[in-house]
Amino acid sequence: MNCCGPREGPASTKFESITAASLSGLIDIRDVTHAYVTESGPLPVLRDLSIAIPEGGFVAVVGPSGCGKSTLTRLIAGLMKPDSGEVWLHGEKVTSPRSTVGMAFQNPVLLEWRSILKNVMLPLEIVPTTLTRREQEERARKLLSLVGLDGFEDKRPSELSGGMRQRASLCRALVHQPNVLVLDEPFGALDAFTREDLWMTMHNLKAEEPFTGVMITHDLRESIFLADQVVVLSGRPATTQHVMDVPSTGPRVLDDLYTPEAAERLNILRRQIEIAQGRAPADAGGTVS
Amino acid sequence: MIRKVAVPIAAIVVFLVLWELLVWINDWPNYVMASPSDLPAAVMKFWMLFLEMGWQTLWRTVIGLLIAIFVGVALGMIMGFWRIMREALYPLLVGFNAIPKATVVPIVALLFVGAHDFNTVMIAFMISFFPIAVSVSIGLSTLEPEYRDILRSLGASQSTIFWKIALPKTLPEFFGALKVSVTLAFIGTNLMEIVSPHGRGLGSLFDSGKTNSDYPLMFAVLIALAFLGIVLYYVVVVLENIFAGWAEREPS
Ligand SMILES: Nc1ncnc2c1ncn2[C@@H]1O[C@H](COP(=O)(O)OP(=O)(O)O)[C@@H](O)[C@H]1O
Ligand SMILES: [Mg+2]
Repeated sequence: MNCCGPREGPASTKFESITAASLSGLIDIRDVTHAYVTESGPLPVLRDLSIAIPEGGFVAVVGPSGCGKSTLTRLIAGLMKPDSGEVWLHGEKVTSPRSTVGMAFQNPVLLEWRSILKNVMLPLEIVPTTLTRREQEERARKLLSLVGLDGFEDKRPSELSGGMRQRASLCRALVHQPNVLVLDEPFGALDAFTREDLWMTMHNLKAEEPFTGVMITHDLRESIFLADQVVVLSGRPATTQHVMDVPSTGPRVLDDLYTPEAAERLNILRRQIEIAQGRAPADAGGTVS
Repeated sequence: MIRKVAVPIAAIVVFLVLWELLVWINDWPNYVMASPSDLPAAVMKFWMLFLEMGWQTLWRTVIGLLIAIFVGVALGMIMGFWRIMREALYPLLVGFNAIPKATVVPIVALLFVGAHDFNTVMIAFMISFFPIAVSVSIGLSTLEPEYRDILRSLGASQSTIFWKIALPKTLPEFFGALKVSVTLAFIGTNLMEIVSPHGRGLGSLFDSGKTNSDYPLMFAVLIALAFLGIVLYYVVVVLENIFAGWAEREPS
């Protein structure tokens, strides 16, 4: 139970230093506290949660199920307001939804009555855009081809596999060139091989269409493969329990996941999750040496 | 394509032959059971009446159904968007729907004495709006929150969400209910025409067949009603294919 590397100081100490270093983060979540009103009284979900993500950064958020991860995404997207604390995007305080955000969920929520192309173009019908109709279509087609869906533009969502639908949903999240990408367990329903394909797709997308993003996931390998920082949330009410930077040296390949460094990172994250779940004492967490 | 037309027609022919045979084998006189071969004569004798009465039955059914669609969709939207309204209205609607409409016919006929067209349309409406209201409310209230969020997160208004997502997504359920409702409205119209005869519609033609012991006429009316019912039903099916054809699974 208690093993693995030198002990780390309280997670919050480390965390505060990161906030300080990126005060002008593109996504800046400051001391957010939120409780849902339920029939059996208030249900506190987030407590003093702070996360800052610099421009171009991609942060993975992991934590026990039901701890408040989806709530966090809804706050970032401006779909609801926190009881206290603030969310800032690009130096502006979020008080309502804004068109500079792109979202994707575990459920790809494609509209069955539209072709894939028309599905991807949906945000352009809502967000003010200077693109002509033809340019909009070109943009959607370009994204679809980036994720390997050329030739499927005119198909209906029901004709696509789960992985392909999720690819289309990513295109829709990016089509209006949002500053911020918010992904809530986007690959959670896919089988392991499809998921790895999608990871590579994410790296391709990021190279071609740079974005700043947050991704909720329950797959630790996914978190260290895609993100440059992994945030572990505590159990409900969630607060930042552990932050791990995942520096990269050049493009990532799947083999990176089978190195000793990766094994150690995964070990630490797993330990942290156990702590968050209350299955291991809080002093059992390790850190990357 | 040929198969799609030929098979149903063959089935109808087989049905008519069996009917004819049944009457012939039992040697039933036509006041017990008319046989298909009696019907053309009965229709020919009164064909102008058939057209006129059929038209009356048809338009009153369609108007009743249109009102049912309007009111049903409105109620469905109210119940679908506001949970408190659903909790308030649902028991009322269920209770209202449970009342056999045959008992409502005389009440309506007394309430609005002499307003026959109005009364008939009323009954057609009352009997048929329930499935529409329920299906629309269920369709709207079971819309996964992600569908709403995907548009809301872009700053879309409630009405944009309704037109772009909620409405189209509810269409398959709506048409499913409409297929039930069209038949119900038709039954409602005939109920009024037969239970409270006022000389209009196929129902009254049936009634006069009864008073004159013209049994082939009664059977001819039944066939005419079946024909009208089929036409109405398939009009809805065609509309469904146009507006909600996407919901049909490709045969795989
Ligand atoms: N609209 C809501 N009203 C009341 N409780 C909610 C609502 N949404 C979520 N919850 C509760 O809040 C907690 C956190 O939810 P969520 O953010 O979806 O967790 P996660 O995504 O981490 O699994 C859960 O216990 C959930 O049941
Ligand atoms: Mg969740």
